[in-house]
Amino acid sequence: MSELKPMIESRSASPQLESPQRRRFVGAAAAAAGIAIAPGMLLIEVAHGRPEDQPASSAVRWGMLVDSTKCATGCNECVTACSTENGWTPVAESKHPRQAPQWIRKLELQDPLTQMETSLPMMCQHCAEPPCVDVCPTGASFKRADGIVLVNRHTCIGCRYCMMACPYKARSLVHEPLNDTQKPDVPRGIGCVESCTFCVQKVDRGDGNTACAEACTAAGHNALLFGDMNDPESEISKRLRELPTKQVRADLNLNLGVRYHGI
Amino acid sequence: MTKRLLALGAVVLTTVALAWAGAESQPKAGGAPKPVIQKAVKGEQCVEPTDYMRRNHMVLLNQHRDRTVIEGVRTKKYSLKECINCHASEKTGSVAAAKEDFCVSCHSYAAVKIDCFDCHSTKPQGSMAMHPLNAETAHYKHKLAAQSARPVSAEEMARVANE
Amino acid sequence: MASITFREVEGSSLKYWLLFGVLGLFVLFGALAWSTMHHHGHVITGMDNQIVWGLPHVFAVFLIVAASGALNVASIASVFNKPMYKPLAPLSAILSIALMLGGLLVLVLDLGRSDRLIVAMTHFNFKSMFTWNVFLYSGFFALVGVYLWTMLDRNVKSYSKAAGTAAFIWRLVLTTGTGSLFGFLVARELYGTAMLAPMFIIMSFAYGLAIYLMVLAAAYAWTGRPLGDAVMLRLKSLLVVFVAAVLYFVVVYHMTNLYFTKMHTVEAFILRDGGIFTQLFWIGQILIGGVIPLVILLSALGRQRAWIMIACALVIVGGMAQMYVTIIGAQAYPLDMFPGLVESSSFYDGEIHGYAPSMPELFLGLGGVAIALLVTTFAVKVLRLLPASLDDATVAKLEH
Repeated sequence: MSELKPMIESRSASPQLESPQRRRFVGAAAAAAGIAIAPGMLLIEVAHGRPEDQPASSAVRWGMLVDSTKCATGCNECVTACSTENGWTPVAESKHPRQAPQWIRKLELQDPLTQMETSLPMMCQHCAEPPCVDVCPTGASFKRADGIVLVNRHTCIGCRYCMMACPYKARSLVHEPLNDTQKPDVPRGIGCVESCTFCVQKVDRGDGNTACAEACTAAGHNALLFGDMNDPESEISKRLRELPTKQVRADLNLNLGVRYHGI
Repeated sequence: MTKRLLALGAVVLTTVALAWAGAESQPKAGGAPKPVIQKAVKGEQCVEPTDYMRRNHMVLLNQHRDRTVIEGVRTKKYSLKECINCHASEKTGSVAAAKEDFCVSCHSYAAVKIDCFDCHSTKPQGSMAMHPLNAETAHYKHKLAAQSARPVSAEEMARVANE
Repeated sequence: MASITFREVEGSSLKYWLLFGVLGLFVLFGALAWSTMHHHGHVITGMDNQIVWGLPHVFAVFLIVAASGALNVASIASVFNKPMYKPLAPLSAILSIALMLGGLLVLVLDLGRSDRLIVAMTHFNFKSMFTWNVFLYSGFFALVGVYLWTMLDRNVKSYSKAAGTAAFIWRLVLTTGTGSLFGFLVARELYGTAMLAPMFIIMSFAYGLAIYLMVLAAAYAWTGRPLGDAVMLRLKSLLVVFVAAVLYFVVVYHMTNLYFTKMHTVEAFILRDGGIFTQLFWIGQILIGGVIPLVILLSALGRQRAWIMIACALVIVGGMAQMYVTIIGAQAYPLDMFPGLVESSSFYDGEIHGYAPSMPELFLGLGGVAIALLVTTFAVKVLRLLPASLDDATVAKLEH
């Protein structure tokens, strides 16, 4: 966990740090909006709201904890929720499954010797040092200040070099016209590369959670926990301090935004 | 060498001349159908004066999109989503589905290709959000379903979307 | 030193226009292939989210690599001061420009948003090897263009050596850049090694020379100009060295990988279990592209013009096989995210990925080849690139 240190330091040094009161106020407002819909749901954690005129801040680093010991084999709730939230066609419904984008997928692992089986979701790991950003010729692949790795579709030329570079096979090319089936909040289109955005539209709205994590909680598994890894008081930071976690392909030392327990 | 240059020049000139002739033979501007500019469904006044918007909307949109995509600023003024919210046609519910729709109508008249709607939805968020099966509220429905002891009816789902 | 007369190809015969027409037809097919792919999206190709770079990239990278190799003959003439190669230099330069053009066109027309090429020219990320290549390719056109000018215009002839040296250094860097497109990828087992850069350079020598030899022989045969054995045999010996060097690099590359346990499965895939990729490697790359040409060129057969041509064609076919294995084979092997564990998912994790190229991809690639040959065919008609005679007596005079 030594690589987390500099981030925490830079956070306390950052002059742009939002005042905690303000954040809490906006968060409470977002939570209050949530109460009417689902009592008790959003009261557990205070969402990170950000005023809409403020850019994403490097004081925050969004991250996810995946507890694969709680992730159920055969359960696909997170994948379905992602596809609904972000408007991509589930692979089962696609006419061209090999070419269909998959922002998140369930991965089943088995140790051939011990027969130990593990189930976990795999998606963009939101690296602090993303290889996709390194190789992108136009800078369309970029990391937002709050650690979310995104594709700027206005400058993506569809060269797929990022797909060659990603060690997690997290990215997909949109192979066919989408014919205005996109969600207003989630622009995506033919010829451009895309991947998990940590539900950036929800994050910016102040939901403080992703569709997959919400679905996992709703299904009662609680295997996914989303939050600010830079905030020592956040639920995810507390859990990460206690629970032994690993990064996938830690040998590459990419400092991932997604940490796995039980692999 | 000179001869060859001359020949090359002749080819270039002929091409240009042909292109010119081709352009001339097109119907005059008066002959082309004038754009249908529908009044925005919502609101009285655009975010800037109409004249200014006609000439500069793309500049504003481009600046705003970079701030939104790269920095995460989500202000509504100059956001494409807000343009669509007001200007979507009542008939098609879209700014670019039919020939008379707001964006397409002018752009086809000016013969400027719009690249926006390969990726962006041409429809406002609201009309879809009201739909009970809308994805927008799916995660709330998830919660509702998960917390409920009995099966959740379609009406209840719809209510979630509306609230 | 005796002077050499360069003369344009007359290019008025039926045969010339037939060649021109056939190549033009393939360019047209290529354009159609592109417009189909652009209209429907990559869904009509064999490429998918597993095999993201397909046949167009095989053609494109092969042409780009061969382009820099085709400049070799000119480099030997001006950089290394070998007078015998001087008359061969202009064709070498124009061929390299033409091949580069063909390769680049295939590369950019395969982009998911090929209509946004301007973005690639105006937005740069200097950590990307791709961005570096954009500059390396543009610079290549400029430098080789200037170099060609110094060869054709008497007034600037004195700058020929300087321009030739600059172009030579540039092309070495360029092929390093092309190899590094793959060398700078951490994710895949078969990439991510500095070996790829020098390997691509030596491959460029071999492929470029093989193409050069075929074009030279064809041009002289079809125009009825004399082409002596002295030239052919000299270039043939050069080809032997290059092909042998390619084999050496391939052996070192795979032997190194085989030493590392973590590479055993992926090496087993390419060398033993990979089906089409294994066949392409052993039969295409090694046998057709290396061993057989060496046997031909080193035996008595290598003194016959026809057999030299066959050897060149085999080197080219082997080169395509090598690119196929290097580019597609490496993607066909699944990413090893959890070493030692068996993976499965709806996204085809843990499976060998199949790839069946579609017609549009094939014709896009062939279109690039056709453009390269068309440009060359046209250039030898309008520019004085080919010596009127390359018979042994003329060439012999140059040596003294």
